[in-house]
Amino acid sequence: MRLQTTKGYRVIEQWLTAKAFEPFAFQTEAWQHIINGESGLVNAPTGCGKTFSVFLGAVIQFINEYPKDYTQQKNNGLQLLWITPLRALAKDIGRAMEEVITELGMQWSVGIRNGDTNTAERQKQKRNMPEVLIITPESLHLVLAQKNYPELFSHLKIIAIDEWHELMGSKRGVQVELALSRIVNCCSIQNSKVKSKKNKVVVWGISATIGNLEEAKDVLLASLQTEGIIIKAKLDKNIVVESILPDEIEKYPWAGHLGIKLADKLIPIIENSKTTLIFINTRGMSETWYQTLLTVAPQLAGAIALHHGSIEQELRLWVEDALHTEKLKAVVCTSSLDLGVDFRPVDTVIQVGSPKGIARFLQRAGRSGHRPGETSKIYFLPTHSLELLEVAALKTAIKEMAIESKEPMLLCFDVLLQFLCTLAISDGFEANELFREIKSTYCFADITETEWQEVLQHLTIGGKALQQYDEYKKVEIENGVYRITNRRIAMRHRMHIGTIVSDAMLKVKLMSGGFIGVIEEWFISRLEPGEVFTLAGRNLELVAIKDMTVMVRKSSAKKSIVPSWMGGRMSLTANLGRILRETFNKALVDEDEIELKSLHGLFELQQTLSHIPRDNELLIEQVEDKNGFHLVVYPFEGRQVHEAMSAILAYRIGQIMPITFSISMNDYGFELLSDQTVPVDDSNVRELFTDKDLLLDIQKSVNNTEMAKRKFRDIAVIGGLIFQGMPGEKKKARHLQSSASLLFKVFDEYDPNNLLLKQAYNEVLVQQMDEVRLRHALNRISNSKIILTFPEQITPLSFPIIVDGLNRNNYSSEKLEDRIKKMQAQLEKL
Amino acid sequence: MTTPIQHIIHNNHFWLSPQRCIYWEEEHSLILSDLHFGKTGHFRKHGIAVPQEVFKEDLQRLIEQIAYFKPQKIIAVGDLFHSKENKEMDLFVKWRNDFPGIDFMLVKGNHDILTIEWYAAAGIQVKEGIFTINDFHFVHDPAETDGEIIKNGFCFSGHIHPGVHISGLGKQGLSFPCFHFTKTQAILPAFSKFSGYVILPRKKTDNVFAIVEEKIIKL
Repeated sequence: MRLQTTKGYRVIEQWLTAKAFEPFAFQTEAWQHIINGESGLVNAPTGCGKTFSVFLGAVIQFINEYPKDYTQQKNNGLQLLWITPLRALAKDIGRAMEEVITELGMQWSVGIRNGDTNTAERQKQKRNMPEVLIITPESLHLVLAQKNYPELFSHLKIIAIDEWHELMGSKRGVQVELALSRIVNCCSIQNSKVKSKKNKVVVWGISATIGNLEEAKDVLLASLQTEGIIIKAKLDKNIVVESILPDEIEKYPWAGHLGIKLADKLIPIIENSKTTLIFINTRGMSETWYQTLLTVAPQLAGAIALHHGSIEQELRLWVEDALHTEKLKAVVCTSSLDLGVDFRPVDTVIQVGSPKGIARFLQRAGRSGHRPGETSKIYFLPTHSLELLEVAALKTAIKEMAIESKEPMLLCFDVLLQFLCTLAISDGFEANELFREIKSTYCFADITETEWQEVLQHLTIGGKALQQYDEYKKVEIENGVYRITNRRIAMRHRMHIGTIVSDAMLKVKLMSGGFIGVIEEWFISRLEPGEVFTLAGRNLELVAIKDMTVMVRKSSAKKSIVPSWMGGRMSLTANLGRILRETFNKALVDEDEIELKSLHGLFELQQTLSHIPRDNELLIEQVEDKNGFHLVVYPFEGRQVHEAMSAILAYRIGQIMPITFSISMNDYGFELLSDQTVPVDDSNVRELFTDKDLLLDIQKSVNNTEMAKRKFRDIAVIGGLIFQGMPGEKKKARHLQSSASLLFKVFDEYDPNNLLLKQAYNEVLVQQMDEVRLRHALNRISNSKIILTFPEQITPLSFPIIVDGLNRNNYSSEKLEDRIKKMQAQLEKL
Repeated sequence: MTTPIQHIIHNNHFWLSPQRCIYWEEEHSLILSDLHFGKTGHFRKHGIAVPQEVFKEDLQRLIEQIAYFKPQKIIAVGDLFHSKENKEMDLFVKWRNDFPGIDFMLVKGNHDILTIEWYAAAGIQVKEGIFTINDFHFVHDPAETDGEIIKNGFCFSGHIHPGVHISGLGKQGLSFPCFHFTKTQAILPAFSKFSGYVILPRKKTDNVFAIVEEKIIKL
């Protein structure tokens, strides 16, 4: 059927013309494929009508089905399921959809389902499903935990997955994959019952540009077993990047987060713009920036706001509304505003500190000047001098459009266990049937029969036990159907779905009433009542902590502690790393660009003390100071690769002699710090970076680091080993509490073959110790010149790593007892 | 098993075992704390699949210690059991019945919530608050020691699950569970391997014995 000849298209065209709009080519293309009953992926940036490319397709299809009386059709059952990663997006999208429906005179209703939806509303939806349901992945799984859930999908035509690039590559993406496979399969069974082929469900993803769009489509459509189509919105955007430079670069710090000194330079930019978004990398720093901007420019009070993931939902929504209505001059935000609807009034974007990746930088830049043809301008404010080099690299990267890929996650047994419990609560599942379904997803395509049996056994028997003294109870098998019958376990599981955050979060509430946001337990537990901390831009005095709530009162204290939130630290991507290495070629040679010119002094010092690494070289510096012996290596591969490479290097050096390292890293390089000289010189350095025996060495070094333990934190929560407590059951649940690190220790010692423990090691191997990328890096190094220098003092390049690097791992090939004796001896010398 | 280390308090001889307990020579008593028996069973009953091996090994370690020191009396300074009754405790009772000659005292801790009848049936004498033998006192939570009582005596406690941290050059640091002795008090490490530890601040005069793998090292 040709789209243009259909009734639905003519209705939509008329409606658009009345508003003086014209559909974009990619939209009509999508509509055509939708009415053809095909599935696929729409690649379009935010603010270009990507929502309509799928939503109007659903509307056209419906009108075509009821050309005469589409305005009369009521209670049609769920037609379009709209999955979105962010709760905050649901409202705006829903509003936009409702507007269209009303103007077309249709009887559709739009429902929203997420953690904020109240029980009454949920019951109403159960009785009478709206035609469009906007839902988060977690809430979708909660729907699958309801009895008779397949009935809800019996009229479903389209499943749309918004911001798929954001979901893929995370465990929430795996949740989406599993839910899709279940819904698609239960719909096909339902439909075969009524013998109607018309109701085949189609799946449409919507994604911003990433390096592996083709793969993104395959992951999404795997369980449909169709090829699918990619539709690209060809909307060229011009992007201009401008650095905000300090007046005297010599006085600019080599490391740290001292960009705050440049705060006053932002004021004229804010004042000359309609609305400015200021992106800060961490929530903690965003609090500091917000305070500083108010101090520098008190006249902005009331016209500037703060937005990050730990601020109470209501406050965030208020900020978002105020952005729409042009009530704000500026918003200080984190990645919390990366996604979603457009804020039309925004005409200026400022990025503070390295964005770490090209895709993210482009997305943020795109926050200003949305309309096709308009220029997006983004200011970059470096937080230390070397970041200027990253801007120069970013500019090149934008020219090359070297946009990163997102790697889909594979074999996430924790998410699978959670999903199986979910199904066991609602209608139960039959093992063989479900195995085929699970295997059809991209994530679990390679699951073996043995692994599947292990998963089932984990749920029914619960690993190692003392037969007659065991009372393990979770999933039971009744007539071949796996079910959870215990009400308490079911209830706890429902509470638990969606806790993808690992650290316990506490709500922060004012004594006088009103929630302010959430804060991590480990931070607040270090504070005493009476101490003052900052959240949501306010100074708050801690009064008491009770029942997962932090009670506070407003404080006028000058001094306060800015919380830091774990996580959220990004690693430099491979693409940006490569361009960064190439950018070093220009140092002291071709310093036309303003950023490079500004760094001239720093480069000269680096050259005098040590060396400036070019892209065909690997620089290694060895420096001794009062803390010990530093070996600093600069692969410029991003923190993630450095973590793996440093672990292997430490392991290999540890084979030469008993030695202990504490390892730090940043995006440029890593440091091995020891209390004794490190036996690395020209004679053995090449061997240390060889890719020979890489796999073996990876495996050996993984066991020696903290990486698996860190991975286990998330896995234990998702896999249902850790409960964060539930309302009304706090006291009883206390005896069920244990920390992830304790569980890790117990499993490692007593049940090393445990599925979830193995997953933790596997995640390290696959994600952290990404063998392919590591091998690439080592290959590159083996073709590079290795330059060893012994600078007299810490160099501009090593300073940020030594002083400010992320200290994550330790490695030792010494005996524990020897280490203690050594430390005791050192202690006595002091 | 490696040899225990001797520590003398008020002319009494105490042997610190790397298996996280103390043998009191003069009284022929084995002192231990925070065994948390039944913890894995409690978790498993609620659908959390922790391996029961931990409990089994804890119980075996206790038997080994009894075989080694041959005590006449066991003094548990609280948190002998983790929570409500479950089948793991049946195994404990079965084991307890094999040693009818040994007195078993429990100084109640916050986790010990079983009924009086249950303890009686299991052959366990329950003591509330502070329990005293000569100049030596036993109480679960060290914060609940009475300054007046221990003026001339010495008090054994648990509850805290103490640990110690030492650091060296090159940002190196290590931490271990430990026995923490002050002039008037000893805090025992948790006997159960299904427990973590908390680093305690220490004074110069404190004696700290770290449990390093299968050894006791005085720090």
